[in-house]
Amino acid sequence: MAATTAAEAAPGRRPAGRRGRLAPYLLVLPGWLWLAVFFVAPIASVVSMSLMTGSLTAGFTFTFETANYTRALGLYWEQILRSLAYGGLATLLCIALGYPVAYWIAFHGGAYKSTYLLLVLLPFFVSFVLRTVSWGFILADNGIVLGTLKDLGVLPGDAGVLNSAPAVVFGLAYNFLPFMVLPIYAVLERMDHRVVEAAHDLYAGRLQAFARVVLPMSLPGVFAGVIMTFIPTSADYVNATILGGTHNTMVGKVIETQYLVNNAYPLAAAITVVLMAVLLAGIFAYARALGTEQVMEVQAG
Amino acid sequence: MTATEGTRGGAGAEAERGAGPGAEAVAGAAPRRVRRRPDWGKYLTWAVLAWLFAPILFMVAFSFNDAQGRHNVTWQGFTLRWYGDAFAYPDLNAALANTLSIAVLTMVVSGVLGTLLGVALGRYRFRGRAATDLVMFSAISAPEVVLGAALLSMFLTMNVATGYLTVLLAHVMFSVSFVAITVRARVLTMDASIEEAARDLGAGPVTTFRLVTLPLLLPAVTAGGLIAFALSVDDFIITSFVSGSTQTFPLWIWGATRVGIPPQVNVMGTLIFAVGVLLAAGNVLLARRRAR
Repeated sequence: MAATTAAEAAPGRRPAGRRGRLAPYLLVLPGWLWLAVFFVAPIASVVSMSLMTGSLTAGFTFTFETANYTRALGLYWEQILRSLAYGGLATLLCIALGYPVAYWIAFHGGAYKSTYLLLVLLPFFVSFVLRTVSWGFILADNGIVLGTLKDLGVLPGDAGVLNSAPAVVFGLAYNFLPFMVLPIYAVLERMDHRVVEAAHDLYAGRLQAFARVVLPMSLPGVFAGVIMTFIPTSADYVNATILGGTHNTMVGKVIETQYLVNNAYPLAAAITVVLMAVLLAGIFAYARALGTEQVMEVQAG
Repeated sequence: MTATEGTRGGAGAEAERGAGPGAEAVAGAAPRRVRRRPDWGKYLTWAVLAWLFAPILFMVAFSFNDAQGRHNVTWQGFTLRWYGDAFAYPDLNAALANTLSIAVLTMVVSGVLGTLLGVALGRYRFRGRAATDLVMFSAISAPEVVLGAALLSMFLTMNVATGYLTVLLAHVMFSVSFVAITVRARVLTMDASIEEAARDLGAGPVTTFRLVTLPLLLPAVTAGGLIAFALSVDDFIITSFVSGSTQTFPLWIWGATRVGIPPQVNVMGTLIFAVGVLLAAGNVLLARRRAR
């Protein structure tokens, strides 16, 4: 297959020989194999698992059991919708906080730009679970914030912020904010600042220059940021479990429990496929409109 | 710790007083002090940074907390005891060792595979390039719980026992695309004429790659490898699906939330954070020196 392909050399390169034509295939082969076996095949596998019947003791057989899907949707539509809502709210919060921060660092960070960016990334050196657990301790009913306020008599003894929807949304936004800041920063930083001056020369005010020049040019960064935050936040269950208590269960927790605790693999796989379909359908529509390469390049910074 | 927090949070209040030289000092930036407009962007940035660092300050502070056993939620007084007694839980030590060894192996394997992918994608046009882009894009954007469930489904279907090896396979899978993208970005901006010069001087393709291409790519390869390391150390959701009975640092913490997180976890978290900060600072200094 490889030898028959006329690999066009990238512009400006000398024409490659036969060996040169094979080169890209030899380079990508190990990575292709890894992604095929441990990404593409598992996705196919979860789809096939979702159409099986059986039990842990009797074994599972492929019977094209679509009832798994009706059960999954009937039992867990609430958790699915809640996950999308929490993910969406967390994403909006990330835009509201992340855009101004990225803007300020890119346009006013001066010589300290990379230092500020490093500071935004530094929390990643602490494990995601540990950061979330720390929030759980900080916000605990008798923790350092609420406990102190209660001792001072500012808050009544039964006040609490944990086990609530806002705690989950803020936790999600907290954990994924850098994923919003980075792509927006990457776009703003690359922007030619003279276009803003040009807008001012053409009598645009500060607000108008932002709304009609800077904002449209930075939208690819926002789009990339939305992908990078909405997907992981709506599929996350760590925040919901630690900060949300029992009444804010998200669909990820359902999947985890059905797989690892109840061993109800076909049902669990069906919920997974539904979640994947909902999220990926949105993303592919989104990426198609923008071009995956552009979004990926923005992600890579 | 909380004192620093207070100063940072206070930056917003300072704005109302108009001048804001105090906030300037905190930021340690811009020498210009006279400004009519309060710099809301700066205050917001610092407030967000304070928010980002709050749980980390908590973690570091409570690694010095004179707590009783596993109850480490309220402040009991300062002690260095836990640093001397950091390795008191054998299963926690084993989990940390697993996390670190998996991360190093992930860094090496995905570093090699990702570099090869990145070079191919950045340099050549070939059949399957668009498909490779699409698969990498999907692997990066697919939610972790889906990846974990999918891998577990495959391992169950094929009767593969989950454990250390399956965690490693999964970690390489989700980090290889990040390395490839980082390397590709570097390849795209690299001056091809340097390699042509090497070839004109009689170097074969392997020699050219070893002596010219690789050193030029090295910053991107290192950066990609560090991303892979960081992703691996941090991963919880995918790992919990494919780990079987193998423990990692995040998994151990998760399991301990019900019985209480001992201060040793804060100590280890603090040490990992310190190493990370040193590495990042070293990287910045190195980049500065190289730029000169």
